[in-house]
Amino acid sequence: MSANILGQIATLFGKLSLLAVGGANSTVPEIARVVVNQKHWLTPSQFSQFYAIANAAPGPNVMIVTVIGAHVAGVPGGLVATAAMVLPAGITAAIIALLFDKHREARWRRVAQAALLPITAGLVLAAACVLARQSDTGWLTAALTILTALFTWRTKLHPLWLLGAGALAGMLLL
Amino acid sequence: MPPKLTRTQLFTGFFQAGIMGFGGVLPIIRRLMVDEKRWLTQMEFNELFSLCQSLPGANVVNLSFAFGTRVAGITGAVAAVLGLMSAPLAIVLGLAWLYGRYGGVPIVRHALLGLAATAAGLALGSGLRIAVPILKVRRNVLLAASVYALAFGLHLSLPLIALLVLPVSLVLAWRAVP
Repeated sequence: MSANILGQIATLFGKLSLLAVGGANSTVPEIARVVVNQKHWLTPSQFSQFYAIANAAPGPNVMIVTVIGAHVAGVPGGLVATAAMVLPAGITAAIIALLFDKHREARWRRVAQAALLPITAGLVLAAACVLARQSDTGWLTAALTILTALFTWRTKLHPLWLLGAGALAGMLLL
Repeated sequence: MPPKLTRTQLFTGFFQAGIMGFGGVLPIIRRLMVDEKRWLTQMEFNELFSLCQSLPGANVVNLSFAFGTRVAGITGAVAAVLGLMSAPLAIVLGLAWLYGRYGGVPIVRHALLGLAATAAGLALGSGLRIAVPILKVRRNVLLAASVYALAFGLHLSLPLIALLVLPVSLVLAWRAVP
C-alpha cells in the first residue's frame, strides 16, 4: 500500500467533506460516482453491500467511507478516509457554532436560527421517510417501523430494546 | 447554556452515544443530551442541530465538534469526536470482515432486514420529537411541509432546497423575531 493511495483517499474525501451539505447520506450518490465509475475501486454491488454494513454498525452513517477506505488500503485507508471526511466539515461547524454563541443575543443570529428550524423539521422527517422506504419491503417491516416510531416518540424506552426486538422479529418472521 | 463539562464527561457521554447508535446516532444522542444528562433543553438541542445540519458534513459529527468546542474548547471537541467515533470505527471494520464471511447466511440477512426497519422507526420517532416543538409555531408548518415535499417527494439536493426555502423562511423570521 503506497502513500499515494492514502493521499488519493485523503484528497477525495476531504473534498467531499465540504460538499456534504445535508449529511453523509446526501453525499452517497456522489461517493458512488467517484469510487465506482471513476476510480474503479469497487463494483456497484460491493458499494451497496458496504452501504448496508455501514448502516448495520452503530455510529454515524458517515462510516460508509471507512469501509471503502479499508477496502482500498486496509485499516490505515479506513482511518484516513474517516479523518478526511469529518475534519474539514467538523472544524467549520465548530467555528460557526462559536460565532453563533458569541452573538447569542444579536438579532441576525436569532433570525437565522429561527429561519433554519422549519428546514430542520422538514429534513429530519424526510430523511426518516427515505430510510423507511428503503427498508420497508413488506407489511412486517412497515409494522416494525411504525411501532418503533411510536415507542420512540411517546416513551423513553431505550432504543437498544427496540433494535433487539426488531432483529429478533426479522429472524423469526421474515 | 450547558454547564462546563470535563473532557472525560464528554468522551464517555459521546462514547455511549456512538456505541449504541445503530441506524444513526441522532436518536441516541438526542436522548442522551436532552433526556438523560440534561446538557441541553430540547429547543437548545434543536438550535444547535439545525445549525450543524445546515453546514456541510455529517450532522452528528458536526454536533460533537460544535458542542465539544462550546463547553470545553478544542480539546473538548477532540474528546467528544474521539468518544463518538472510536468504538463504531472498530466495530464497522470488524463487521466488514464478518460480513465478507457470513453475510450470505439467511438468518443473518433476515436479522439485518428487521434491524433496518426498526432503525427507520427510530429515525421517524426522534424526527417527530424534534419536529413537533418546531411545528407549534404556525409559520413553520408550511415551510417544513415544503422542505419535506421537496426532499422526499422530488428528491432535490439540500443546497437546492435551501436556495428555494431559506429566503422565504428568512423573510418570515425577520418579520416575526423581535
